[in-house]
Amino acid sequence: MEYDIVIGMEIHAELATKSKIFCSCPTEFGADENTHACPVCLGMPGVLPVLNEKVVEYAAMAGLALNCKIANFSKMDRKNYFYPDLPKAYQTSQFDLPICTGGTVTIDTPDGKKDVGITRIHIEEDAGKLIHEGGGGTLVDVNRCGVPLIEIVTEPDLTNAEDARIFAEKIRDTLEYTGVSDCKMQEGSIRFDVNLSVKPKGSTELGTRTEMKNLNSFRALMRAVQYESKRQIIELKKGNRIIQETRKWDDAKGVSSSMRSKEEAHDYRYFPEPDLVPIVLSDERIEEIRSTLPELPEAKRLRYVNDFGLPEYDAEVLTAKKALSDFFEESVALIDEPKMISNWLMVEIPPLLKEHELTAEEIPFTPASLAELIGLIQDGTISGKIAKSVLADMFEAPEKAPKTIVDEKGLAQMNDSGELEAIIEKIVDENPKSVEDIAGGNKKAYGFLTGQVMKATKGKANPQEANKIIREKVQAKIDS
Amino acid sequence: MKDLANKTVTELHALMAAGDTTPSEITKAVAVRIAEEEPVVEAYVTTLVDQAEEEASACDARVKEHGLAGTLDAIPYALKDNMCTDGILTTCSSKILSNFKPPYNCTVYNRLEDKGGILIGKTNMDEFAMGSSCETSALRRTTNPWNPEYVPGGSSGGSAAAVASGMAPYALGSDTGGSIRQPAALCGVVGMKPTYGLVSRYGLVAFASSLDQIGTFTKDVEDCAVVMDAIVGHDAKDSTSVPEQHIDMLTGLKSGVKGMKIGISQAFMGEGLQDEIRKSLDEAIRVYTELGAEIVDVDFTMLDYALPAYYLIASAEASSNLARYDGVRYGVRAEDYDGLVDMYVKSRSEGFGDEVKRRIMLGTYALSAGYYDAYYKKAMKVRTLIIQEYKKVYQSCDLLLTPTTATTSFKFGERTANPLEMYLSDLYTVPVNIAGIPAVSIPAGLDAKGLPIGLQLAGPAFSEDTILKAAWAYEDQTRYTDLRAPLQKK
Ligand SMILES: [Zn+2]
Repeated sequence: MEYDIVIGMEIHAELATKSKIFCSCPTEFGADENTHACPVCLGMPGVLPVLNEKVVEYAAMAGLALNCKIANFSKMDRKNYFYPDLPKAYQTSQFDLPICTGGTVTIDTPDGKKDVGITRIHIEEDAGKLIHEGGGGTLVDVNRCGVPLIEIVTEPDLTNAEDARIFAEKIRDTLEYTGVSDCKMQEGSIRFDVNLSVKPKGSTELGTRTEMKNLNSFRALMRAVQYESKRQIIELKKGNRIIQETRKWDDAKGVSSSMRSKEEAHDYRYFPEPDLVPIVLSDERIEEIRSTLPELPEAKRLRYVNDFGLPEYDAEVLTAKKALSDFFEESVALIDEPKMISNWLMVEIPPLLKEHELTAEEIPFTPASLAELIGLIQDGTISGKIAKSVLADMFEAPEKAPKTIVDEKGLAQMNDSGELEAIIEKIVDENPKSVEDIAGGNKKAYGFLTGQVMKATKGKANPQEANKIIREKVQAKIDS
Repeated sequence: MKDLANKTVTELHALMAAGDTTPSEITKAVAVRIAEEEPVVEAYVTTLVDQAEEEASACDARVKEHGLAGTLDAIPYALKDNMCTDGILTTCSSKILSNFKPPYNCTVYNRLEDKGGILIGKTNMDEFAMGSSCETSALRRTTNPWNPEYVPGGSSGGSAAAVASGMAPYALGSDTGGSIRQPAALCGVVGMKPTYGLVSRYGLVAFASSLDQIGTFTKDVEDCAVVMDAIVGHDAKDSTSVPEQHIDMLTGLKSGVKGMKIGISQAFMGEGLQDEIRKSLDEAIRVYTELGAEIVDVDFTMLDYALPAYYLIASAEASSNLARYDGVRYGVRAEDYDGLVDMYVKSRSEGFGDEVKRRIMLGTYALSAGYYDAYYKKAMKVRTLIIQEYKKVYQSCDLLLTPTTATTSFKFGERTANPLEMYLSDLYTVPVNIAGIPAVSIPAGLDAKGLPIGLQLAGPAFSEDTILKAAWAYEDQTRYTDLRAPLQKK
């Protein structure tokens, strides 16, 4: 029998606010343990939460970017459970009235476009971190307590590991693009939970699902889905039942194992958070938030093709990263050479970024510098080849204008034909063998002469100009 | 001697203003009263007499040079021990917080400090404000200043007893289901719970967040207006604090009740109402009629549902609010334990008293899967109905006049055997908290046993000015607020 795989996801993303959700402690990652901790973070008696308005704004932005409906009225609830990383013994979250509902995300899969439904997005706070010290017991770091999160819950619309990965990447890109989350996987600022079940092919009845929590890389996500779907199918083929449970994915071993069953599941005793007032967003306010939303990759891609005449491929690469498209647009605003800029951004700059261990967000010079560099090629001051060496220098000394580098190193092309003529005349005189070869019909010797000229001028000769003069001088020699 | 400990805040202020006494004389008089009465009354968990006397003598020079900053300037006061004070024990009268010194202040403390107040002590209470007699306190046994065989009421019994015995010119308490008004009635002082959200809860250790509200204990109505005026106001640190709005409780305080409509409901005069209290109510009706107020009969059909709804909502919130006391970060941790869960269980089992445990269990149950709809959700629906009922009531009257309690004070142990009997002590006060509206309890004389009677005036949200106006008019006619509890030291 063949089986269909049914996958739903829950994605937790940390919001990129400067301060925490209920106090003014910073959210910054990597501080010393328990240094971002105030009485609110610590759940001290009598202190009260104050909801960071930026959190509401960012959550609504995420919802708008994922085509959700933003609620005019939503509220916070308490999710009660005991755990040492949760100082209040409840997590402030949203239960029955989340801020966003009913969205859709379209993904490009190898089998074409597919829609994935977004059930809801809600706001909640992160918990702290337990540090298990060898022998010394377990310590708690509350720095992460109260870091704002959104949880994105999808419909069970995904059907295979590859689609799940594509979807997860798309969510990551969108959140990063809108600026609501920095989505740094290695810092745990975006984490994926997968709900997975299998059912006989074509059956409308859903199978029993399992849940795998905190998958923190796309590779882990894919492998976990592959493993778990295979495991469930094998169980069913053996005639066994799938047990509804939470499973732990061990990425090193590549296997999932049972963590806790439904019976052991917590009763979270949700109820409305009495220390906070409901979140009320008027239609006007929602539109105001929508207007702050940056143009999303799809729309931008279309505009690059239509307005800048870029090939589809270029448009896709440039819009994939917001930093890259921002750089592109700022450059294009300064010099109207979209295709050239695109080539530099896509072909020349990436290897240098890699060499300097930088990301696309970290191009060391400004778009104005790139525009200036392209301008220098345009007006014939330097050749494309020289420009590449100037670019390498720009990575070393980003504060220097390309023009300054060209001047300092004397890289400007020799456009003075008198000087060039003299050099070529000398080279033709010094190489009678080449002239003879050409006269004898071996045109390859032109290449040798061109090489000699470039060597003599350190590459500064305008190649077209040099070729023209070489031909004239050789012909004159033959004729004489 | 000028008998300063028996004077009202307003009187003390006038004496200081006239140069007839000094800040240190006043604080000294209160300190002496504490020394004399505290051994029997036990109103305080912590007294700060030395610190207060030092502060007061610092005030002497300042006041002499610059005069008084306001009515509360240089006047000592007490806070209920569930209000956080930086570096000063804040125990909630619980074993689990018996060593807890917060590193921050509650907002009301800051407000009173700004007015020049001198904190003289932290008062005893029912553990985590759960109780109606102060008997659930794990730390002190506060007695009623009118008769030490009787309870002071609760949960803010310590604050009520401190003011009634002259051990504090005024005090703050918190009121979740009657915890200010009931002890005020039982101790013969004025106790007011304002509209929910009018006074910041920041730094008030939560019992039931949607019901808790800080209020005042004073010797008379004018003091009540003065202190209330000092502590109200928006606080950015409390999201449930209402936006700034000015209620003028002082200007029209003495302008009378002519034309005011005062509602009376038979629902509050049912079985179990002590005869003398009923008579006090009749007397109040007569007084108000003579003063030109109109008495109107109103229906109040939801009274029977208020108490069960209250105990479900308050306990549900409490079960969550008190979950943080696990012995991990502050408070008392059990000494011997085996692993994390055992530490939680032992710390909480040893740290909480029976009443607190009872409410945590009740609240946990009410919120549990499968019971939520039948209990918590239904209680919330009742809450909505009670709010609607009050709205209807206040369409036909300005204020509702009821007894504060069905009986005067009771003896220690009298109601501890049966929790339900104890819960009934709050029958008349609880609906006010559920609706979030303001109410005051005012002294209405003594019963045959010499124990104080209290009457309650409740109005719609933000009607503190009207309530106090009516309270003052009654006081002015009856002068029951002039009565002082007999002292231990004659
Ligand atoms: Zn904090």
